[in-house]
Amino acid sequence: MKQILSVLEGVGSTWLLLLRAASYVGTLPRQRTRFFEQCYLIGYTTLPIVAILSFFIGSVLALQAGYSMQNFGAKQFIGSLVGLSMARELGPVMVAILLAGRVGSAITAELASMKVYQEVDALVTMNIPPARILVLPRLAAVLAMVPVLAIIADLVGWFGGAIVAKYVAFISIEPEAYFTALRRFMKFKDVMNGLIKAECFGFVVTLVCCNIGLNTRGGPREIGAAVTRAVVVSLILILVLDYFVTKVLM
Amino acid sequence: MPGPSQTRNPFTEHETPAVSVAIEGLSKSFGNRVVLDQVTFSVQPGEIFVLMGPSGSGKSVLLKHVIGLEQPSGGRVQVDQYDATAEETREKVRMAIVFQAGALFNSLTVYDNLALYLREHDLASEDGIREKVGRALQILSLEGAAEKYPSELSGGMKKRVAIARALVMEPQLLLYDEPTSELDPVMSATISEIIALLKNEYHVTTLVVSHDRDLALNIADRVGILMDGRLIFLGTPADLREPKDPRVAAFLYPQIDLQNPRYKQLET
Repeated sequence: MKQILSVLEGVGSTWLLLLRAASYVGTLPRQRTRFFEQCYLIGYTTLPIVAILSFFIGSVLALQAGYSMQNFGAKQFIGSLVGLSMARELGPVMVAILLAGRVGSAITAELASMKVYQEVDALVTMNIPPARILVLPRLAAVLAMVPVLAIIADLVGWFGGAIVAKYVAFISIEPEAYFTALRRFMKFKDVMNGLIKAECFGFVVTLVCCNIGLNTRGGPREIGAAVTRAVVVSLILILVLDYFVTKVLM
Repeated sequence: MPGPSQTRNPFTEHETPAVSVAIEGLSKSFGNRVVLDQVTFSVQPGEIFVLMGPSGSGKSVLLKHVIGLEQPSGGRVQVDQYDATAEETREKVRMAIVFQAGALFNSLTVYDNLALYLREHDLASEDGIREKVGRALQILSLEGAAEKYPSELSGGMKKRVAIARALVMEPQLLLYDEPTSELDPVMSATISEIIALLKNEYHVTTLVVSHDRDLALNIADRVGILMDGRLIFLGTPADLREPKDPRVAAFLYPQIDLQNPRYKQLET
């Protein structure tokens, strides 16, 4: 019962935080420095790991597909398989999981430490709403940066698949044939759906991580516990949301 | 020289009405634990009121009620004529608090810590902000620390920066949570002098939570003592010098008895 109440309390406080942050959207132009700082942290610093992981995910997809499809003479469809998988599913989910692990944990740690060491209380007493200066710029930055990360993940993943398709002996498909197959079955809508999914995941992860950080009480131990909770909750939400958003977008 | 009912703005020489604080039957519980039990007292405009008490007696919780960070379980707190728990009160009355650990923003320099309030509320141009922050740093003798980060400051400097940050808000009510804790005796005396100076110069209503006896005896207009969530003493520093209540005497002037140490009495 206590755990159910705690989950309901978390859901309620997350919605409230979203409404509060949304009510300050008009202040965003004045907060452009904070917004660009967050864009740098969320976008630029996450880019290398997104690129490395998506390259290898694309590569391994091509490898597995090539291995399985060689017996059916369907190797020419590897490009389509890698393209669609990266755009519709793996790109957005991988970006969201990296955001949860890298950016979400950092957000929770920072806000939880500000809460525990009374910096958040200091803001409240200065009549500066934490939702305005701590949450809104992060939410806006994640909305701006996630599509960029997801597109880069798609492109690098496709490229990784093309390299494997060309250089692995039992596949040996020229890039031209690979990308022709990729284009043949993929529509613009597939890429857009992937970007919408990535936006949803990134937004929810950031909001949840902010909320858990701002509701932390106690000391250093609770900060660590809050970070763990934020990452676990984010991962669960990504996978649960993935099903429902995919269903809606079909 | 402004009268005692006016708060003089340290930066523009303007005068605003000093505010009073009225705490009536304030109770607060966390679960089954009663932290404050029917506490009633008031702080007059322009007065320094020092609230003392042993650790865990509810002093800091009471302070959080005055600044609106806690909701009372019973009773009420009024700042001027406004309910302290209402968000609008912070817009109508300029209140500032100096937290025990300073609560400085670690990612900002000292200058930016002081400038944040003015910038966020669009209260001055960058030139105006520079002037006001510079004045506050000068009052607290912190001119050389403007570009430092809180992590580069000593404990005493952090407290002074926290006071300077509060001062920039031009408060009508200034609250201090254990301003001299963790400081050496000389720095404690310095902070006490600063609190008294700000009150004398600017007639800010001041509520200090502390267990520093010297601070209370030297700068307070009135003193209250909280023990186990109840107010057991309300009087002047002169009354404190020869307390009639044995609990107050035991708290303020504890004897160190090596033959019969307290921890052994607690064990039994």
